[in-house]
Amino acid sequence: MYTTKTSLFWKSVVYAVLIVGVAVFILPFIYMILTTFVDNAYTLPRPSEVFSVTPNLDNYETVWDKNNFFRYFLNSLLIAGVSMIGSLFLGAMTAYAFARFQFPFKEFLFRVFLFTMMIPVVLAIVPQFTVINSLGLVNTYAGLWLLYIGGGVVGSTFFLRGFFETIPKELEDSIRMDGGGNWRIFWNIYLPLSKPALGTMAIFSFSGTWDEYFVALTIIKDEAMRTLPIALMMFQGQHASNWAWIFAASIIALLPVVLVYIIFQKQFVKSGISEGSMKG
Amino acid sequence: MTVPKLETQQLKKQHTPNPGRKEKSALTKGLKQWGEVFPFIIIGLVGAAVFVIYPLIKGIIMSFQDYNIMPGADSPFVGLENYKQAFHDEQFRYAVRNTLLNTVVTVPINWILGLVFAVLINMQFIKYKITFRTLYYLPIITSWIVVAFLFRYLFADGENGLINYLLYNKLGIIDEPISWLQNQWTAMVVIWAFHIWKTVGWTIVIYLAALQGIPKELYEAASIDGANGLKLFKNVTIPLLGPVTIFVLINLVIGAFNIFPQVYFITNGGPIGQTEVLQSMIYKEAFNNFKFGYSSALGVMMGLTIFLITWTQQKKIGRQRFF
Repeated sequence: MYTTKTSLFWKSVVYAVLIVGVAVFILPFIYMILTTFVDNAYTLPRPSEVFSVTPNLDNYETVWDKNNFFRYFLNSLLIAGVSMIGSLFLGAMTAYAFARFQFPFKEFLFRVFLFTMMIPVVLAIVPQFTVINSLGLVNTYAGLWLLYIGGGVVGSTFFLRGFFETIPKELEDSIRMDGGGNWRIFWNIYLPLSKPALGTMAIFSFSGTWDEYFVALTIIKDEAMRTLPIALMMFQGQHASNWAWIFAASIIALLPVVLVYIIFQKQFVKSGISEGSMKG
Repeated sequence: MTVPKLETQQLKKQHTPNPGRKEKSALTKGLKQWGEVFPFIIIGLVGAAVFVIYPLIKGIIMSFQDYNIMPGADSPFVGLENYKQAFHDEQFRYAVRNTLLNTVVTVPINWILGLVFAVLINMQFIKYKITFRTLYYLPIITSWIVVAFLFRYLFADGENGLINYLLYNKLGIIDEPISWLQNQWTAMVVIWAFHIWKTVGWTIVIYLAALQGIPKELYEAASIDGANGLKLFKNVTIPLLGPVTIFVLINLVIGAFNIFPQVYFITNGGPIGQTEVLQSMIYKEAFNNFKFGYSSALGVMMGLTIFLITWTQQKKIGRQRFF
C-alpha cells in the first residue's frame, strides 16, 4: 500500500504479523528436522525430547542404507530429470506454435486444451493405463515419461503461450535478415528471452514428477524400479512409529526439490505476471 | 480442413469473380500455414491427443459400461446404471459433502489470508520482500507425502503430539489431549488446516505479483487528490485487483474441489469413510474395488460440476498465465 508516513507502531505490528506467518510455515519444518536427530525413536518422541536433541546424522545414514533407499533416489532423479527436460522442450515448442503462427483451428485446439484442464486427473488414470498397456510399456520408465511429458503438455503450453506472446515480433527481424528460419527464431530468441517462465516451469515440472505417486504406482510394478514417493509410503508402512527414520528419509527426499527451487528461484522471482499479463 | 470455408465466405462477400479459385486459395493458404506450424505443434498435439484427450473420452464412455479391465473380457453397456448407483451410495454422500465443505471452508480463508499477507508484504517500508515470499511459498514446492507425514506427526494422539502438547500442556486450552484423526470432525479440521497451509502461498504470490503490477502513478495521483492510506486501498487497490481476484477464486475453487492427496495421505478416508472426498473415492473405486465404470461415472459428474462452476469465467482465464 502506498503510504509514505507509517508510524513505528504500525510498522512493528505489520512486521509482527508477517513473522508470525513465517513461523507457522517454518516451525513445523524445524520440528521435523529436530525429530531426525532423536535416537531410537521407536515410539512418538516427547516434545521435550525433541527440543533437547544434539544434531547428528546417524538416522540419515541408517535410512540411506536401508531398503535400497539410494536406488529409489536415483530412480526418481532419472524420472523427474528426463520428464522436466522433455516437458520444457515440448511445452516450449507447442506454445511457440500457438503464440507465433496463424493456422486454421488454432483457437479451437487451444480451447480443447483448456477444457481438458478443468477435468479431474483421476478420471484419466485408468484409460491412460490402458494406452500404456497397449503400447507394451507397462513397468517401463518410457511409459512413465510418456505420461508425464504427454500429459503435461497441455498445462505447459497454456502457461508458456501467454509469456511468448509478450515477446515483441520485431526481435525476429534480425534473424530473418540473416536468412534464419522459424527454428532459429525459436532457439535464439524465444528460448533465451523466456528464461523466467521456463525457470518457473522447471520448478513446477520437477517438483510435480518428483512427488508424483498415483501414476507411478499404477505403471511401475517392479520393486527395484520404484520411485521415491512409493518407497517413502512403503517405508512409513514398515516403520510406522519410528518418526526419526521417516523424517530422515523425508528430508533426503525433499533435498533435490529444494535445490531445484533455489537454482531457479532467481528466474522464478522475476517471472512475471508482475509484467502486466494479469490484466484480464 | 473445413474451417477455411469460413474465410472463403468472407472472401465471397468481398466481390469475388471466381469463387472456385478463391476457395482453393483459402484451402491452400490453410494448408501452407499448417505446413509451417506442423513441426512445432505435431508432437504436442499427438501427446495431448493420446495421453489427455483420448483417455478423457474413453473415461466418459467407460462411465456407461460395466467395464472389465481383463483383456478380451466383455464390457457391456449399462446405460445410466453407474450414475444411478451413486445416489444410493452412502459413501458418495459423504464424499460430496466433504468435498463441498472443504470448498466452503478453505476457499474464503485461503483467499483472505492470501490477500492480507500479499498486501502486508507489499507495503512500502517492508524489507526482505523476496525472503518473505520465498518462505511463504516453501510449502507449495514441498512433497505432499512428506507434509502429510508431518501433519500426522504434529497432530498425533496423546500428550506427545506437538499440537496436543501446546494446547493441553502449555496453554491449557483443552481439557484432555484430542485424538485428532480418530474423530470425524477433528480429522476434517486437520485436513482443512493441511490444505490451507500447503496452498495459501500460491494465493500470496499471485496477489503480490498483481499488486506490484499496479503503476505507482495511480497512487500518486490519488494522494494528490487527498486520498489517504485506507482510501487509497479502497479506491485504487481493490478495483484494480478485480480481474486477478476472479482468477484466484476460480483456481482456489478448482483446487479445493480437487482435494485428494490431502485426504488420501492423512486419513485415507477414515474413520469409517467419514472424511472421504470425491477424488479419493474415485481412485479407490477404480484401483481397490476394480469398479472402473462406477469410478468413471463419479469422475464425469465431478468434471461436469467443475466445468459448470467455471465455464462462465473460462474466457477470462483463457489468455492469462498460471503462475
